[in-house]
Amino acid sequence: MRVSPLTPETFADNARAALADATLTGALRRATDTFAERRAAAIGAVPDWQELRTRAAAIKAHTLARLDAYLEEFTANATKAGATVHWARDAAEACAIVRDLAQARGSKRLVKSKSMATEEIHLNAALAQDGREPVETDLGEWIIQLAGETPSHIIVPAIHKTKEQIGALFVDKLGIPPSSDPQLLAAEARTRLRAHFAAADLGISGVNFGVAETGTILVLENEGNARMTTTLPAVHVAVMGIEKVIPRFGDLETFLRLLPRSGTGQHLTTYQSMLTGPDPMGQGPRELHIVLLDNGRSRIVADELMRQTLACIRCGACLNACPVYQSIGGHAYGSVYPGPIGAILTPQLQGLHSAGTLPFASSLCGACKDVCPVKIDIPSLLLELRRRAVAGEQVPAAPSRGAAPTTSKPARRKPLEALGWRVWSWVTRSPARFRLATAFARLGQKLPFAMRLFGPMRAWQSSREAPKLAARPFRDRWRGDAR
Amino acid sequence: MTRSVALFATCLGDQLWPEVVEATVAVLERAGCRVTFDPAQTCCAQPAFNSGYHDEAKAVARAFVEVFERADAVVAPSGSCTAMVHRYPELFRDEPDWRARAEAVAHKAFELSAFLVRELGVVDLGARLSARVAWHDACHALRELGVHDEPRRLLRAVAGLELVELRTGESCCGFGGTFAVKFPELSTAMLDHKLSGLDDRVDVLSAVDSSCLMQMRGRLQRQGSRVRAMHLAEILASR
Repeated sequence: MRVSPLTPETFADNARAALADATLTGALRRATDTFAERRAAAIGAVPDWQELRTRAAAIKAHTLARLDAYLEEFTANATKAGATVHWARDAAEACAIVRDLAQARGSKRLVKSKSMATEEIHLNAALAQDGREPVETDLGEWIIQLAGETPSHIIVPAIHKTKEQIGALFVDKLGIPPSSDPQLLAAEARTRLRAHFAAADLGISGVNFGVAETGTILVLENEGNARMTTTLPAVHVAVMGIEKVIPRFGDLETFLRLLPRSGTGQHLTTYQSMLTGPDPMGQGPRELHIVLLDNGRSRIVADELMRQTLACIRCGACLNACPVYQSIGGHAYGSVYPGPIGAILTPQLQGLHSAGTLPFASSLCGACKDVCPVKIDIPSLLLELRRRAVAGEQVPAAPSRGAAPTTSKPARRKPLEALGWRVWSWVTRSPARFRLATAFARLGQKLPFAMRLFGPMRAWQSSREAPKLAARPFRDRWRGDAR
Repeated sequence: MTRSVALFATCLGDQLWPEVVEATVAVLERAGCRVTFDPAQTCCAQPAFNSGYHDEAKAVARAFVEVFERADAVVAPSGSCTAMVHRYPELFRDEPDWRARAEAVAHKAFELSAFLVRELGVVDLGARLSARVAWHDACHALRELGVHDEPRRLLRAVAGLELVELRTGESCCGFGGTFAVKFPELSTAMLDHKLSGLDDRVDVLSAVDSSCLMQMRGRLQRQGSRVRAMHLAEILASR
């Protein structure tokens, strides 16, 4: 379906292509509506939902303000429990750490459970370079891997696919008899994945939460594949964004109530694996490696206005609630993280030069902010990123000490647009000039041909009738009736 | 007690729909307010602010503050413009003097339906309209100002009016200011989804924001629909 890699720079074209695909838009609408309904039902049964959100936001704000201390505490306690903690400044370092671990142990058969951090660093591609591409074991991710695509949703990677498309993919790639029966397709996947689990010598996972107090990592999932990925192979490598650390084990009481309800509308995910060091019973992996991934995060932490971006617990609720995401899906964003959270995170991770369009790809309706379990003020952050984009500022504002040099270039300047807004401001701040300008517009309106030369008017009229300026504005009518 | 109200017509209301602004005046007067209009006003500055041009927005916002800071209450037939005024303190976060003046204005800026119901305690304005009316929750009114029940209560008090909810609930109409012309296809897809929630028997689609109505009316007209888009103030002024 997709021919060339999508990027944020081509967002407008990507969106247009997505809208032309009726199968895609239908699948998205059904799926996002279902998730939004389930979420609403699940949170409706929690009387203290708003208090939970407030508490979660406060825990995250507290942690991010002291992230260095909590990361040191986490590292110390994870190490004490027998895990090996690695620090990766960027994607290349993180990939190299995993690759070297696999190489040194002669691991040949790798399995992986769903993880956005490993998507972010393109770990599969890095490992594939020396013939060690992991098999994805989350059903959705496995489908995506078979199709040679990328996930289009944070927690539902194959949300853009119908069961018919998945059936056809299985016929093509696995040689099964034609079917679009979800039960049958899932059973087929289970059989195939079992063989991979049994043979695997290294398992890779992400991390939902890392508890500083105990050095514990948590992986939440529904299929049991992450449980197997993190317990069957001799070596478990967990890639964890540094913002995933939380102070105390007791904080999980808050987050574990928020995350599943916000994401899938479940009260609890089917599995919550809590891993403190390698398996003490000697049944699980002999080694646990935790790769702490910075990759731009410490620069975001240093930017006080934008810092709350890192409070995200990757539940996907903002995607399901977003009318833009519901219309076009995740691939159109051209970035690993799609939807509202992607529109604020991607420009900060990769810079406004290449992702400067994303903060503008929103009607600022605020549905994302309403559903966010950690109360990230996404519309305000979109507005701040828009300001920085047009001001030619870099994001994040200040590189932190010791961080990798920033590659973030400012957004491309748009001199004509900037001039337009300067003129608008000069006109609009003066009632006399405003009156004169609107009088000219009234004249221009009499020449439909002239109006159509104006790009925004053409864009408006492509699908909508344009309103007409009133023959006499209110300000003239008011004076006219002599109050 | 007679409340003195400084009317903010909004730039769109002033220039495109003076009849909506006149209806706003009529409704406020019927509710017992003394309405004034200062012709020095223009716009709330939201277009520049939402486009990222904060310096350009600030110049217009300062003019707004100067016009309205002596008013007792500022009322606008728009949730979005009112929400913008509520954002002024954030816009002036690095200018303490202007921030304080902006806060003072923000505290007394109200969207029409919220002002009528919350401030005046008025629900029944003696209006009459025989129509089946579908209500659109404008995003900024709903999510930034918490306006939800107020317009519904006002509409239920209108004689002859049947209020219905849209099947597409609280979803955005796809306007979003310059978003509507920067991404016209996407904006239209959101719009079509919103309008798909209208049932066949709806006569009027109403909202507190003229900008949402401009978007929805533009599409309804293009499609030759019989559904009329009417601002809440126009309905409340109907006799």
